[in-house]
Amino acid sequence: MDGLSGPEFRHVGLNLQDHPSLTTQQVESNIFGFWVFLMSDAVIFALLFAVYGTMLVGTAGGPGPAQEFKIGPAFLETLILLTSSFTFGMASMSMKYGRSALGLFCWLLVTLFLGLAFLGMELNDFAAMFAHGAVPQRSGFLSSFFVLVGMHGLHVTAGALWIIVMMVQICVFGLDARVKINIIRLGLFWHFLDVVWVVIFSVVYLQGLMR
Amino acid sequence: MTYGIGYASALALTGIAFALVHWHVFSLDWTLGIVFGLALLQILVHFRCFLHITLGRSARADLQLLLFSTLIVSLMVAGTLVVVFNLRSRMM
Repeated sequence: MDGLSGPEFRHVGLNLQDHPSLTTQQVESNIFGFWVFLMSDAVIFALLFAVYGTMLVGTAGGPGPAQEFKIGPAFLETLILLTSSFTFGMASMSMKYGRSALGLFCWLLVTLFLGLAFLGMELNDFAAMFAHGAVPQRSGFLSSFFVLVGMHGLHVTAGALWIIVMMVQICVFGLDARVKINIIRLGLFWHFLDVVWVVIFSVVYLQGLMR
Repeated sequence: MTYGIGYASALALTGIAFALVHWHVFSLDWTLGIVFGLALLQILVHFRCFLHITLGRSARADLQLLLFSTLIVSLMVAGTLVVVFNLRSRMM
């Protein structure tokens, strides 16, 4: 049903039939190494979440979550990020089944635009908070908020830069095995950031808005 | 087409969570519990549909790494919460 080189290997997007130089095992260990990195990243995020949880009441008389968070923009940002995960999935599918690199390139471009739109909205939110005097040095709550959400924003920025690099690599090298593996890694990274955002909108925004 | 299924269910779970908070359907404690439950469900959907972690043999190493990381993360998060909340209650 799928044109993979080995029955054990099922990552979407990989079709190594034209590249016999790379064995399935090599590819698997490459991807597994990237999973190890993602999990160490998950540890960082988990601890930032823990710190945020303990700091939720530490507003020091400053602006609290209920005044500063807006449900509309948070919902829109969530929709944009979810859609970008879907469009990246489409990019993976067109890498696996597409005849040329054009479909992959276009889906990557759409994903890039959605990522940039998300970052723009987030920066707009931060600017509005700064204008109310909700700056990181105001209270423990705001410090932990900006570290946690800012960390995710930095990751999305890195992901957007990585998409641009991959688009250049597709143009320069074409779709060779190395480029394909890099795009699989980028896909894991992008979907992982979406998972982190699921926790952010639940723990940070929705929990804050409930109070 | 796991991506289509994943996208649809992620949208549904997100929509329910935001709707519960926006329209104050339940009391505060209940809403918090349901929102966290929905988030957990959505994380599972993302891992299954977008990151292709399955219970099959092809993803066994990834799954084991993931479960081990989950153990480490929950130990560290639980430890942090216990210690810092305890500190707070003693300082206040």
